[in-house]
Amino acid sequence: MGGYLIKRLLAGALTVLMISFVSFVVITLPPGDFGSALEQQLIRIGGMSREDAAQLAEQLRTQYGLDRPMIVQYGSWLAGILKGDFGYSLRYRRPVAEVIAPRLGWTILISVSALLFSLIFGILPGIYSATHQYSVADYAVSFFSFWGLSMPSFFLALVIMYLLIFYGGVRNIGGLFSLDMALRPWSWAKFVDFMKHFWVPVVIVGTGGTAWNMRAMRANLLDVLGAQYVRVARAKGLKERVVVNRHAVRNAIHPLIMHISMSLPWLIQGEIATSIVLGLPTTGPMLLLALQDQDMYLAGSFLFLISVLMVVCNIFADVALAWVDPRIRYE
Amino acid sequence: MSRRRSHANDEIRRIPDSTNDANVGMPASHGSFHLMWRKFRRHKLAIAGGVLLAALLIGVIFAPFFAPYAADQGNLRYSYCPPQRIHFIDSDGRFHFRPFTYRIVKETDPVTLRLRYSEDKSVAYPIRFFARGWNYTVFGFIKTNLHLAQASEGGTLYLFGTDQHGRDLWSRILFGGRLTLLIAIGAGFLSGLFGAMVGTVSGYLSGAPDAVIQRFIEVLLCFPALPLWMALSAALPRNWDPINTIYAITLIFALLGWPGIAREVRGKVLALREEEYVTAARAIGVGRGRIIFRHVLPQAMSHIIVSITTAVPGLMIGESTLSFLGLGVQPPMATWGALLQKAQNIQTLAQQQWLLIPGLFIMITVLALSFLGDGLRDAADPFSRF
Repeated sequence: MGGYLIKRLLAGALTVLMISFVSFVVITLPPGDFGSALEQQLIRIGGMSREDAAQLAEQLRTQYGLDRPMIVQYGSWLAGILKGDFGYSLRYRRPVAEVIAPRLGWTILISVSALLFSLIFGILPGIYSATHQYSVADYAVSFFSFWGLSMPSFFLALVIMYLLIFYGGVRNIGGLFSLDMALRPWSWAKFVDFMKHFWVPVVIVGTGGTAWNMRAMRANLLDVLGAQYVRVARAKGLKERVVVNRHAVRNAIHPLIMHISMSLPWLIQGEIATSIVLGLPTTGPMLLLALQDQDMYLAGSFLFLISVLMVVCNIFADVALAWVDPRIRYE
Repeated sequence: MSRRRSHANDEIRRIPDSTNDANVGMPASHGSFHLMWRKFRRHKLAIAGGVLLAALLIGVIFAPFFAPYAADQGNLRYSYCPPQRIHFIDSDGRFHFRPFTYRIVKETDPVTLRLRYSEDKSVAYPIRFFARGWNYTVFGFIKTNLHLAQASEGGTLYLFGTDQHGRDLWSRILFGGRLTLLIAIGAGFLSGLFGAMVGTVSGYLSGAPDAVIQRFIEVLLCFPALPLWMALSAALPRNWDPINTIYAITLIFALLGWPGIAREVRGKVLALREEEYVTAARAIGVGRGRIIFRHVLPQAMSHIIVSITTAVPGLMIGESTLSFLGLGVQPPMATWGALLQKAQNIQTLAQQQWLLIPGLFIMITVLALSFLGDGLRDAADPFSRF
């Protein structure tokens, strides 16, 4: 187990390094650099004269090393990250780390909740559907899983927003709190208010995963229920409940655990689109604004952070899988 | 996983390619594609998906024929006009064989100051079928002005209502579908081409090159696609020609689409290279390139097609999201996602629910594509369940 873990960690570190390079390329992609963007901003908004702005921009270029070759810039950017310095956001006029940190928290909270939601509401109907094949409920589950997979999250968000406002009597859908609650300290009332808003993005983001889990669980369980050891378990006279829960489900669930790490990009993706539609204070709207204003340090650093998060989760999932399924360790 | 792969192997051994299976003694017409077609035909939903997709493709390829209005032909007098009803029975209760629409009257509500549309039942405009209208070219060289349906002189035909500039939504959906499908299928095809190449080489060579390629693919798969798509398309120059933007966006989607396909193809090739006929080819001294292109690729072809088909729905959802956020195709071009942009404003949506219709088209198309992909996968690999 230890050797497996070390191998996995080393591969992860290499991946992070390559991710950092791709993220840096994204930062340098748009024409012009941080200096020229700031220069424009100083002239337009700051009312600075052209010469002064150019001088200040030049000074900043030297300070941030933008006049040096790209590979050196990449090195210093990477070194900065190791010290926790992700660069400076033009849009928010604050260090990138300060902008991303609180928003990333919400993104992770919503994504993880959506993941749990999709596991619970995907696996249980999946089991029921497989054990009651060709029943009405089975067809309903199959229908839902196809429907859920074909629904883009931004469209689902639009439809749910519309339904909630015009038929659900909800007045304020944007954000995670009611207007009068937003600035108060945490209390039970605020928590209740929060939950009233919070379930909406969780359900929207989780729908795709729920649909996938239902389908995967149903198919895997049907596969396993046909296996010989299940027939043996039945022949021994075990109760059907024990056969399904103790023997079949345990083996049918492995591919789903493996899939958790693969589903993370989809969760983040859904979270970004949903938050933009619902106007939540997460990384989604921030990324869109950063890209529209070509605030590339913010965009690139976010891309880097989110991908690193993905790698870390992948390692966790792999280790968890190796832990539940010993065959993986000796591959 | 391994169990499934061994099943796949069994299947291949039983159904070899018709070109090199003289020893099996099956009639030539029972080649692998024939057997796959038999399997596919049993998948009712896949057939339905395929038929629906074919209808959609015909609809968008001949969009000008089916569209009563040109894509950017607006009429500000009818801004945000709700879907018009098509009538067969007039106000006197008489049945007309030729359907007609009533004249629409626009008035401003004196209290809320909102626009209100209603029908003026005294003036009916019969719909003209196979009628002459605005000019267009088919396939770039056939000039015509024939349309499936046109409103008669002075009338209007807004099947799905209009947008803010008074442009017919149904026509815009048809033209938008062209772009949506072109980008998704184009990106799918490009990723398939590149993914198949990399996957085949990686799987066939195995060893060190394979390990390097696989690590690289793993890195690419770590990136959440949407933020990277967003970042790359935001980096496209804003002053580009919309056509160039479309090509660039297709390329961007292909850039992140190929690793998944390459991985699947590699798995297939890895299994195929252990096949006896490949060993035999190697033993009689056939070159590496010839083995790959003559013996391995044709066998992996069905899997490549399946991977492309299953990748296209995801690409379509991605493109729609991107265009919805305003980072994709730029106006005057509009894909289905871009058509939904206006629906983001809750005030607009409150009054103009029909603006959500393009979303239904995205859903139905993705659904049809998934059904089709499912059926193809079952046909290509009959032992897998999904």
